[in-house]
Amino acid sequence: MSVTPSTKNAVAATAAHENGKNGAAHVLGPALSPLVTHEPVRVMREDGTVDPARDPKLSDDRLVELYSMMVRTRIIDERLVTLQRQGRIGFHIGSLGEEATIIGSAAAARPQDWIFPCYREFGALLLRGMPLQSYVDNMFGNANDAVRGRQMPDHYTGKPYHFGSVSSPIGTQITQAVGFAWAAKMKKDDLVTLVYFGEGATSSNEFHNGANFAGVFKTPTVFLCRNNGWAISIPASKQSASQTFADKAVAYGIRGVRVDGNDVLAVYLATREAIERGSRGEGSTLLELLTYRLSGHSTSDDPKAYRKDTEVEAWKSKDPNVRFRGWLERRGLWNDEKQTRLEEAAAAELQACVQAAEKAPTPTLESMFDDVYAELPWHLREQRDELVRGPRAKGHGH
Amino acid sequence: MPQMNMVQAINDALRLEMRKNDTVVVLGEDVGKVGGVFRVTAGLYDEFGDDRVIDTPLSEGGIIGTAIGMALYGLVPVPEIQFGDFIFPAYDQIVSELAKFRYRSGGEYVSKLVIRTPVGGGIRGGHYHSQSPESQFIHVAGLKVVCPSNPYDAKGLLLASIRDPDPILFFEPKRIYRAAKGEVPEGEYTVPLGKGQIVKPGKHVTVVAWGAMLYEALDAAAQAQQKGIDCEVIDLRTLWPLDIDIIVESVKKTGRVIVVHEAPKSCGFGSEIVALINEKAFLHLEAPPVRVTGFDTPFPYTLEMEYLPLAHRILPAIVQTAQY
Repeated sequence: MSVTPSTKNAVAATAAHENGKNGAAHVLGPALSPLVTHEPVRVMREDGTVDPARDPKLSDDRLVELYSMMVRTRIIDERLVTLQRQGRIGFHIGSLGEEATIIGSAAAARPQDWIFPCYREFGALLLRGMPLQSYVDNMFGNANDAVRGRQMPDHYTGKPYHFGSVSSPIGTQITQAVGFAWAAKMKKDDLVTLVYFGEGATSSNEFHNGANFAGVFKTPTVFLCRNNGWAISIPASKQSASQTFADKAVAYGIRGVRVDGNDVLAVYLATREAIERGSRGEGSTLLELLTYRLSGHSTSDDPKAYRKDTEVEAWKSKDPNVRFRGWLERRGLWNDEKQTRLEEAAAAELQACVQAAEKAPTPTLESMFDDVYAELPWHLREQRDELVRGPRAKGHGH
Repeated sequence: MPQMNMVQAINDALRLEMRKNDTVVVLGEDVGKVGGVFRVTAGLYDEFGDDRVIDTPLSEGGIIGTAIGMALYGLVPVPEIQFGDFIFPAYDQIVSELAKFRYRSGGEYVSKLVIRTPVGGGIRGGHYHSQSPESQFIHVAGLKVVCPSNPYDAKGLLLASIRDPDPILFFEPKRIYRAAKGEVPEGEYTVPLGKGQIVKPGKHVTVVAWGAMLYEALDAAAQAQQKGIDCEVIDLRTLWPLDIDIIVESVKKTGRVIVVHEAPKSCGFGSEIVALINEKAFLHLEAPPVRVTGFDTPFPYTLEMEYLPLAHRILPAIVQTAQY
């Protein structure tokens, strides 16, 4: 799917709805149907300036914080790929090129809101306050890992940061995010859930179930669909025949908005508005965040097998970090010296965390049996004792 | 003490717990105004309103997925799946999510649900309204599986299930929803999870059963008694974690054992029970353990009474085992 598909039919629909109840001017642009905005929301213009009508007016400190986190995320991504190639960690799945979709949306969340991750959102978790060491411990599956080495790398958990638990099945977090928001609504608590998934997940059962329940029960949920062009090797065009992924919102009676996902301020603005809508009791919003997966699906993938370098190069020229930096420099908030300092500090911090994680002990044998149930039943006690008594496998320090 | 059937006893348990604990919510297809297709939730909608007794869209995956989200928020949802046969759209959520939350998050998150669903055959329901899928959930690390056989246990086990910290599949044998009647105390009480019960003591052959098949086992045991064979009949009540002690103690006494269940034979729960008996009581066995079960076919309609392991099939197994 191209980033700006023909909107011919949609434009005709605009005219039909011109005088409708949703025809009023909207900060995110005119609604092409009562529920869907096709023209991607943009804040940072091509010429490097910001649309004053849509400027979310973040403080200078906050702007620098968001940019710094985007850069840190990128550096961590690149370094973890190296560690995987060196055989020091087993796997990494990152967000190279998609930093704006993750940092911009997570930054818009209020402290009381909850994030239900897919698996590319470690940047959001760090932004919400998780120490980098905790994330790196998860990459190594050591005894300090919050999930105690029970899941592969990048399957973290962050309840203290209002951040969910990562699992691998596609889309399952979507219905859960809807149920969580629904429960909060029942209890009259003012919170919104933000749920991340890729455009591939819109083909899953759970996208349908989640969006349908969100529509019927008007839950305060923000559906963050990162349309990064590819689901492993399947292009977005083979994922759906819908004109856009935002269009899917219409069938469920929720609002759909397309957003320039490489424009961190646009992502922030659209997410903030979706959160405000949810908080006001106006239900869920599906944001289609248009971006591009510059890396492979994960360290296990070789994208050269299915896509052209020219396509990748074209998207590299739209790098969200470079774009944001340009605007910060225009405002006098950033320069080469700051960039060098940030990159050096981020690399050094990561290096220290990796060293600590490599020194940390392996989870105990007994811990394999904890947390299956609240209390250890007889059959697991027997199996635990059998493991502890029995011969050891090679290679993990017991 | 009031007489109740299974439907009334389960309804009573839900009502009592919802009055006591405002985090308990019921959701599912047709559970609200109509009170469920078996009327198990009758009257709850009127008493607790549509925020706590929720009619949902026709989507088992959506019911369980959103219920998990509610549970993560701190509610205690008791979703109903209209028939156990229709639970499979939610299987991913149950297996990959519900069962794994505590483990995969290192204990940070707990997702606690009691999924109620009617199971079993003998009601002219054909393949899609008759199956007994217990092994497909027992095999999943992190779940508990309960199946009561009478109104007293149904109420006490459901109250215990709602208060237990782990996710639970609560299988209700629909063939005896109204046929099984008995005295049920008013007010709260619990029947402990993980504990079976000797329903009929005996010394010659142990018969292990649960749910609707308990009555077939008792019928066969009564007929065996006429032939001088004294059976000990055990109602498991909780299938997983299994009350292995009650089975092993009985087998040590009798040396002979039969396991009865409706589900297909191969890899059915009887296979696991027999394997455990072999591991823990082999030297006490006087005869090979026997399974009397459904066949490894889809559940049939016209011939369902031939498919089910009813008393006429259990009795010859008892006799042969006793004479081995």
